[in-house]
Amino acid sequence: MDLYEHQGKELFAKHHIPVPQGIVATSPEEAAKANDQLGGRSVVKVQVQIGGRGKGGGIKLVSSASEAAEAARVMLEGGFKDMKVIRVLVEEQLPIAAEFYMAITLDRTSGDYLAMVSSEGGMDIEEVAATKPDALRRRHIDPMLGMQSYQARFLAGGLPEDARGPAAEVVQKLWGLMEDSDATLVEINPLVLLEDGRVVALDAKVTVDDSALYRQAELAELANVFPIDPTEARAKREGLQYVKLDGSVGIIGNGAGLVMSTLDVVAQAGGKAANFLDIGGGASAGLMATSLEVILSDPAVRSVLINVFGGITRCDLVAKGILEALERVEARVPLVVRLDGTNAEEGRRILSDAAHPRIVPKPTMLEAAAEAARLAEVS
Amino acid sequence: MAVLIDETTKVVVQGLTGKEGSFHALRNRAYGTNVVAGVTPGKAGLDVEGIPVFDNVASAVAETGADTSLIFVPARFAADAILEATESGVALAVCITEGVPAADMARVHSYLEGKHTTLVGPNCPGLISPGKANVGIIPGEICTPGRLGLVSRSGTLTYQIVHELTQLGIGQSTCIGIGGDPVHGVDHIDALRMFQDDDETDTIVLIGEIGGDAEERAAAYAAENVTKPVIAYIAGFEAPPGKRMGHAGAIVTGSSGTAAAKAEALEAAGVRVGKTPTEVAQIVQAVV
Repeated sequence: MDLYEHQGKELFAKHHIPVPQGIVATSPEEAAKANDQLGGRSVVKVQVQIGGRGKGGGIKLVSSASEAAEAARVMLEGGFKDMKVIRVLVEEQLPIAAEFYMAITLDRTSGDYLAMVSSEGGMDIEEVAATKPDALRRRHIDPMLGMQSYQARFLAGGLPEDARGPAAEVVQKLWGLMEDSDATLVEINPLVLLEDGRVVALDAKVTVDDSALYRQAELAELANVFPIDPTEARAKREGLQYVKLDGSVGIIGNGAGLVMSTLDVVAQAGGKAANFLDIGGGASAGLMATSLEVILSDPAVRSVLINVFGGITRCDLVAKGILEALERVEARVPLVVRLDGTNAEEGRRILSDAAHPRIVPKPTMLEAAAEAARLAEVS
Repeated sequence: MAVLIDETTKVVVQGLTGKEGSFHALRNRAYGTNVVAGVTPGKAGLDVEGIPVFDNVASAVAETGADTSLIFVPARFAADAILEATESGVALAVCITEGVPAADMARVHSYLEGKHTTLVGPNCPGLISPGKANVGIIPGEICTPGRLGLVSRSGTLTYQIVHELTQLGIGQSTCIGIGGDPVHGVDHIDALRMFQDDDETDTIVLIGEIGGDAEERAAAYAAENVTKPVIAYIAGFEAPPGKRMGHAGAIVTGSSGTAAAKAEALEAAGVRVGKTPTEVAQIVQAVV
């Protein structure tokens, strides 16, 4: 789960990491009022979970209430790069002397954590690593020991002298936040040195481990205020792994790897998947009906491909589940069904006996993908 | 002898008395695996269809000589279960549990360094040496004994490919599901090394997916250290960046972890990459 900037900064503040004074606004009027509270000049920042806000017009320096209101209006009404915007963050303007980069991430290659501090702020970190390796300091953090003081001093040691002490404190606190919040990524880009010598986090990117939300009740609450796609929201409530994509072939499969593979095979057959949906090991009638409802609620869907490999899951039960689901859900598009693995023959027989007008059985994954792609074109 | 498990393996199941634990433990036993014990704290003295239950792994190991632990406990207790298995001295711990917090796994990963316990998983289907032992949830019926070693991050995608191999008459020495989480035990490189050293394995199939750089590192390792033919499959070419595709570890971050980059790295290392599960089986058939 990715936090919005303003949520990340609230978390930073709780951990005593310095952030600019800021006020969240959901309307131009609120933005104007926030600007006045911050002394008549401010920065209006669009709250979206994608990068490139600076270049894309998502961050505006304003010096009056009317300018703040206008900047907020443009962002709230126009959205940002096709994303709906429901909030902006209005922050105090600060006199910046230098910009840096700081991050800690779960390092899946080494199975521990990696802390990074760069004297080059605002740049993409992969680019810094490639073009200015001397500007980047890295240290692996042993999760058993935590970040040691000497590591924090080393990490901050490549920054201008004035910034080193406060930046070392920030990176140590950032580690504390990481541990306390079950974060897998915390990134500050840029971290800035102010003219008065303070070091402040101008941005905040925090990714919290979904698997740990059960013990992060406060953070889990934040997920409820996210403006996510209504179909994705429904799938999430039902416990389905669903990701909306932009094609026309609806996909239902069991197991993440097989579903990913199904998307690829459909693309090779000339189609484009409308979604990723993993029903997991269950594939009961109820789950199948919900999955179909979720997928068919996407108006772009022109055909559906159900690709199940029965391992522990029995294909006869899956076939019955599909038929029961079709009693509850109206199939407005053809459903191509491929069943293989445990009890596949019985499952196929159940489907062919039912002779449902919308069900198109296919014996292999490749044939099923080709047929679903073709039907999405012609229907 | 196949790798990691064979007919001599003795399994203790942590979480045996749970629904999942008992279902799969009995299936594994029916397959011919020596399931010698179960562990559920507070339930010592009970048995599950003749499999004795102990309070802790140490006493199960002491009483039965179990050398492998199969873990089915809920996610919040999984790290504890892996650590207990390790401290009890089993050679192999296989954790099926899905949804284990990454921070827990990072600590487990650090603890396991230098210990003599090998971890497979978590969030994995386990492993099978067809005809010898099945430790986990891979359906034994789709496998057949043979000389192909398979390693994969996915469950059902593995079943799909094993099924296609079996239908072409290509049997397997061992199939290892290493799991879809970002921090896990045995990785692709460990599996390549074991299969290269195994005199009952002639050919290797490596199945990967988006996220991380394990496949790229495996490609570099294979180029230097593996003389047996390796055939690969990568899932997730159509996955958009920044979206988690089911598995916690299956996510393209920025430009890294893409399926295209992985396939390219493997091909550059001389590994043939099948475009579909079916093509993987066909390439293997042409090689063996």
